[in-house]
Amino acid sequence: MKHLLSDSIVITKRQILQLARIPELLIFSTIQPVMFVLLFRFVFGGSIQTSQPGGYVQLLMPGIFVQTVAFTLAATASGLAQDMTKGLIDRFRSLPISRGALVIGRTFGDALLNILVLAVMAAAGFAVGWRPTSGFTRIALGFLFLFSFGYALSWIGIYVGLVVRDARVVQNVGFLVTFPMTFLSNAFAPTTGMPKALQYVAEWNPVSSMVAACRQLFGLKNEFGATANSWPSQHPLETSLLYMIILMAIFIPLSVRKYANSSN
Amino acid sequence: MKTVSAEHLTKTYNKGEVRALDDLSIDVTEGTVLSVLGPNGAGKTTTVRILATLLKPDSGSAHVAGIDVIKHPDKVREVIGLSGQYAAVDETLTGWDNLVMFGRLYHLGKQQSINRANDLLERFSLTESARRTIKTYSGGMRRRLDLAASLIVQPKVLFLDEPTTGLDPRGRMEMWGVIEELVTGGVTVLLTTQYLEEADQLADEIAVIDHGKVIARGTSDVLKRQVGGERLEITVENSEVAKVQEIVARISAHATHIEGRTVSAPVSTGSTALIEALRALDEVSIHPLDIGLKRPSLDDVFLSLTGHLAEETVSQPAKRKRGGKR
Repeated sequence: MKHLLSDSIVITKRQILQLARIPELLIFSTIQPVMFVLLFRFVFGGSIQTSQPGGYVQLLMPGIFVQTVAFTLAATASGLAQDMTKGLIDRFRSLPISRGALVIGRTFGDALLNILVLAVMAAAGFAVGWRPTSGFTRIALGFLFLFSFGYALSWIGIYVGLVVRDARVVQNVGFLVTFPMTFLSNAFAPTTGMPKALQYVAEWNPVSSMVAACRQLFGLKNEFGATANSWPSQHPLETSLLYMIILMAIFIPLSVRKYANSSN
Repeated sequence: MKTVSAEHLTKTYNKGEVRALDDLSIDVTEGTVLSVLGPNGAGKTTTVRILATLLKPDSGSAHVAGIDVIKHPDKVREVIGLSGQYAAVDETLTGWDNLVMFGRLYHLGKQQSINRANDLLERFSLTESARRTIKTYSGGMRRRLDLAASLIVQPKVLFLDEPTTGLDPRGRMEMWGVIEELVTGGVTVLLTTQYLEEADQLADEIAVIDHGKVIARGTSDVLKRQVGGERLEITVENSEVAKVQEIVARISAHATHIEGRTVSAPVSTGSTALIEALRALDEVSIHPLDIGLKRPSLDDVFLSLTGHLAEETVSQPAKRKRGGKR
């Protein structure tokens, strides 16, 4: 236990070094979200009607921020699965390092990556007309929310990586989780266009709460949700916080236990 | 003194379907090399994984450097080095990155980790490629780096699980050289292999295991003697085989064996028998294509102990469910 933090930081540093040794990894993990910003802004932006001052891009950016932090779940999972399949995991286990350092270190590394990706996206959004109006504190709080949500989700990624173990399969599982999760929400389009049953799913989807929370913190009216007048759509900040706590309360112990047992 | 000892280890996989270890007991004397020899699926890797704290046995006990492996795995990890059959290093990093990282994970200071990495790279002739990612390394270089990584804290016990499997002959020779050097340095080594030649070359003692049990144990010489003494072997032209068989039968008291153009039989008189055979052949003007005394190889040992060759895989269904070696 004594070395848990320092061991985790060594593992995090390793991840940063990997990015330095293979810069392509970093380039592609930042190009993809920027590409999404541009595509959604210019493909959907013209056809989705909104009364929002500043236009669709104001509503889009919170949605796409949340989507991007959710997508890193897949990267967390496949990175860990890769470590688990090669002999490397045996080496780590045969070292006198703290249990849990390998997974905790990875969540730190992915959190750092999220900061970078969010910064790049914010710049890209700014370039195509995104202008949050709520002032520095609330905007910063919005990003803190995004960062925390990403961190909570990375524990799902850890668990998926430990359970599935094959890096190629993990990629697919990651997409199977993150695509419906981000699209069955208020992130890109009004939920009112969905079949009624799906509307309820979207209402209670943590992604919707997160997007709504960010919109609120960035000074926007949450136009795309609130069809069913549900509690989450009326209290997006509280709901998001609650979701983050629940996710971590479930997946951190699950993952730590799974990791501890994964060799027997 | 026994630096490694394991008593009555059992381990089953797939809810008892596959019995990997079946009451296996083994020990290694301080400062010596024990080679665990056996075919694929015999339980070699399982044994190493238990001793290296990666796996818990179903029953039995094990001690490494006097520390209970099951009760105090953390303490065991501080005194062992493990080098497996897959190079367990981070391929996306450089050799130097890897060794420094492992040094930090052994809780060496930053400068100490760097110094140790530099020393080890030098010692394993990897200094030139220290700043290249492992992806660009040859198989032999990877194994050397892997071995270097297991030596960061100068372990008391080194576990080498099939250290040369998959290497080309040159890589294997290099690896043997490195291991021999380590042994001279006084470390206790438990080495698994399916190459009889390797056990012969490196080990002070050999334990032959099959189906999760030790079936024979001793020095290479003792094991070879168990199989029988020397054999006289003569290879001649086809037309001369019958005549040579008569000669061999006269010299040896045992039954002769013919395989193709080669006639052989056990002899107890060593070089005297060889001289006798040469004289007899000369008398009838037969010039052998090949003649000699053959000592039994470890292959013969294995064959006579297990009824199958070392390289043959014992069929064990569903042994590798997840594609990994246990």
